[in-house]
Amino acid sequence: MQRKTFLKGLIGAALLASTAPVAFAQSGEPIKIGEINHYKRMAAFAEPYKKGIELALEEINGDGGVLGRPLEFIFRDDQGDPGEAIKIAEELMTRDGAVMLTGSILSNVGLAIASVAGEKKWVYLAAEPLADAVTWSAGNPYTFRLRASTYMQAAMLAEAAAKTDAVKYATIAPNYAYGKDAVAAFKEVLTKLKPDVEFVAEQWPALFKIDSGAEVQALERAKPDAIYNVTFGTDLAKFVRDGTTRGLFDGRTVYGLLSGEPEYLEPLADEAPEGWVVTGYPWYDFTEDDGANKAFVDAYQAKWNETPKIGSLVGYMAAESIAAAIAKAGSTETEAIRAAFEGLPVETPVGSITYREIDNQATMGAFVGTTALKDGAGVMVDWSYLDGADYLPSDEEVKKLRPSE
Amino acid sequence: MGLFLAQLLTGLANAGALFMVASGLSLIFGVTRIVNFAHGSFYMLGAYVGWTLMQVLPGMVGFWGAILLAGIIVGLIGVIVEICVLRPVYSAPELFQLVATFGVILVIQDLTLMIWGAEDLLGPRAPGLKGIVRIMDEPVPQYDLALIAITPFVAFALWYLITKTRVGILVRAATQDREMVGALGVNQSWLFTGVFFLGCALAGLGGAVQLPKGGADLLMDFNILTSVFVVVVIGGMGSLPGAYLAAVIISVLNVFGVSYMPKSTLVLMFLVMVVVLMFRPFGLFGKEEVAGEHGQVGEPERPIKPAGLPVRLLVAVGLVLLGLIPILGSNFTEVLATDILIFCLFAASLHFMLGMGGLVSFGHAAFFGGGAYVAALFVTYAHTPMELALILAPLGAGLAAVIIGWVCLRSTGVYFAMLTLAFAQLLWSLVFQWGDITGGDDGLVNIWPSAWASSNTVFFYLTLVICAGGILLLRHAAHSPFGYALRAARDSARQAEAMGINTKRIQWVAFAFAGAMAGVAGGLFVFSKGSVFPNELEIARSFDALIVVFLGGVKTLSGGWVGGASFEAVKDYLTRFEYWRLALGLLIIGVVILAPEGIVGSLRKLGERLGVLNTGEDKR
Repeated sequence: MQRKTFLKGLIGAALLASTAPVAFAQSGEPIKIGEINHYKRMAAFAEPYKKGIELALEEINGDGGVLGRPLEFIFRDDQGDPGEAIKIAEELMTRDGAVMLTGSILSNVGLAIASVAGEKKWVYLAAEPLADAVTWSAGNPYTFRLRASTYMQAAMLAEAAAKTDAVKYATIAPNYAYGKDAVAAFKEVLTKLKPDVEFVAEQWPALFKIDSGAEVQALERAKPDAIYNVTFGTDLAKFVRDGTTRGLFDGRTVYGLLSGEPEYLEPLADEAPEGWVVTGYPWYDFTEDDGANKAFVDAYQAKWNETPKIGSLVGYMAAESIAAAIAKAGSTETEAIRAAFEGLPVETPVGSITYREIDNQATMGAFVGTTALKDGAGVMVDWSYLDGADYLPSDEEVKKLRPSE
Repeated sequence: MGLFLAQLLTGLANAGALFMVASGLSLIFGVTRIVNFAHGSFYMLGAYVGWTLMQVLPGMVGFWGAILLAGIIVGLIGVIVEICVLRPVYSAPELFQLVATFGVILVIQDLTLMIWGAEDLLGPRAPGLKGIVRIMDEPVPQYDLALIAITPFVAFALWYLITKTRVGILVRAATQDREMVGALGVNQSWLFTGVFFLGCALAGLGGAVQLPKGGADLLMDFNILTSVFVVVVIGGMGSLPGAYLAAVIISVLNVFGVSYMPKSTLVLMFLVMVVVLMFRPFGLFGKEEVAGEHGQVGEPERPIKPAGLPVRLLVAVGLVLLGLIPILGSNFTEVLATDILIFCLFAASLHFMLGMGGLVSFGHAAFFGGGAYVAALFVTYAHTPMELALILAPLGAGLAAVIIGWVCLRSTGVYFAMLTLAFAQLLWSLVFQWGDITGGDDGLVNIWPSAWASSNTVFFYLTLVICAGGILLLRHAAHSPFGYALRAARDSARQAEAMGINTKRIQWVAFAFAGAMAGVAGGLFVFSKGSVFPNELEIARSFDALIVVFLGGVKTLSGGWVGGASFEAVKDYLTRFEYWRLALGLLIIGVVILAPEGIVGSLRKLGERLGVLNTGEDKR
């Protein structure tokens, strides 16, 4: 039975070997940022995001870095598992010498990291997660969020919807927190703007397991004037194909949350829906008038030889925000970075954004436009960039939504 | 009426691909007794290969040719997997092969990502079948009608093959008694390989034929796996007509569920499965599993013996070494060790049920996650202190296990396993759906230990004491009269009952005990992470535990925690690399081939051969 102890010894030895302290900060040493993401599980989203970060790092470090030191990201894969992400966060902060954390696409992983960040007093920038809870109900002073939240993007579409004559709405959203938040926010804002609207059907397909034929039949049965779509990825592709085949979209306006993002529009190719009002990222349409937007797209294509996705933009802006925060803080101490993020203005490709003091939410907005087909590919036309600051609830409401402060 | 008919047709069309994949799984299980977790991966490969071929082959002939070719190619890939990975481990303990197929899943996932890239591929439409037909004024896609027509044809061809040809006779004979078929001079290994080819080809066909209704993406493999297992189990493992009927029932019910109870999409098929198995414990067309399958394969179980003084001393030294981690290691080492210890207790609790009780559960995460949620809910809503929550967690999980065990133990073998999976899934969807209370998939956050235990070091010691104590308690239980009775029920239920042991009740108690111990681990987990999400109840979590128990060694006392510790440590290291799934998959396959009795079992063999350890015989 010695094998048992032998194994224990082996494990013990392995553990000991893996503990040698490696991080000792010196001037000239890189400033390390811990980046946790689902690089394998959500590869289609995470890869462009990572490339955006790497582009930003190249530019930042080319300009002499931050505080005279190079900025470095440590990329770690959490398998899309919140528990795993927390373990990695601990390792990045206590062993690898990261000064703050960022990352995650999935909202639940983002919330898990936010929770541990609040408890252990580490700064966490949630770049991609959309859940309203990240900055509101589960918000804490150490967690900041870059992207326009579910509420903000839904409010933009609701505003567009309120301008039409449509009264009877049907919704279809994946059956999980993001889908439910998105529908609730759309209903809330639209009902406020136009009290006579009626919601005649709500469909809740399981995420990435949509039975699109059945969903289309169910929506058709309700005979709505307009449809609000929150499905994305493979669900969206199936929904669009079945809906088009069966004529669901004929004579109806569809409002699609995120449906205009290249991540989702590109795989649809010439079957992309036409005439949907969507939030997305029309990188192909930028001209010299769009200044920084155009510069970013050009730089990205030059470096990676591929077209940018919305994830590329978010990754780029996340790295820029972190560099700006550390520069403003003048140090890599957690409290200094946290204080610097409060009210931090950042110049980004989409314009100037601010990390609000009241709820740590950045005022990054979204592009809203109408889908169309151009050269066999889905694009957004008649788009405009809406500033996120205009689509947030009043300060009093935000304070109520955010119990931690 | 028109709508009703149209919905029925949608359901029938959906049943097509599902039936093809499910019939393949059913065939493979029927003949080889392998629970092929990788079946979804072959389905995914079928979609990708079919997509690529459709880009090359033009027109209508090209389209259908691509589907057929995709099936054949995937079948050949299946043959390679069977010969390289599964053939060496046919003689391993029952169900051990599923660990190998789990490794295959990981390998295929990474290879697919390497070859086809990360972006979702939209399936091409079928040439000539792009439009709709109006039936009673309702639009029905032409391709749906084509699918409805093709599926019975495939089913009929399979039925003919199985019932009317010599190959079919051999396959049926092997399904009933493969030893006898071998004794009659049939080359078993080629029969197995042939069946594996057919099964995988069907999965590939299913993947390719659904392309016009969807596409190919990297999440397909896991997404279809559960539905396929459900179909096979409802129909009865090994039964083709059963698989067809079940695929139709599930698909049609699903269509109506979507229309009339839109939120039912997560649970419907599991409810159907539970109901069917309550009344027909072996599925609609399944036959009772041949008694005595257990123990037929591989070596007979060894009697277990209590540890002698030297072993006890060595364990004590090991524990002291673990206790020194905070002094010798860093902050992160403590966190990693805490994680590993919790997982070890979780794995050990499953090992108790699986190794001692012979009860293979595919849904043990229900009790791990259940315990975690019990603790988290009490903290969130009643502000229960950590100490009390840690006691309530196993009580809650144990109670759940009592109820779930009562239902599941009506079935045996794979049906029992699938029922546990169904209940885990039901619990998962309850937590997932009931957002007002459980937070849905936004989870419950900010659940931290009491002030005295909030430092990583103190919490590590707390975990060490509870987990080491729990593992020792499980070991102690194995040596108690209860443990003896449990093993008797496992080895021969009939003889055990003749001796006056109420085998069902003993197994029920073991189920509840294992569930409660998993709940202990779950409770600790919440406080170590500060939050809990429905992921802890997911099938993937159950599989994690199952894999490590088999890797560690089912027929040993320490297999559970040894497997858990090695697997977690290796995974923590490997995930730092880009293609870690490929590496981990290959590693698992390697361990399976080199150590078919698990890590502990094979080390023990090695020790005996080298003369370091006494063989069990000497000690008796």
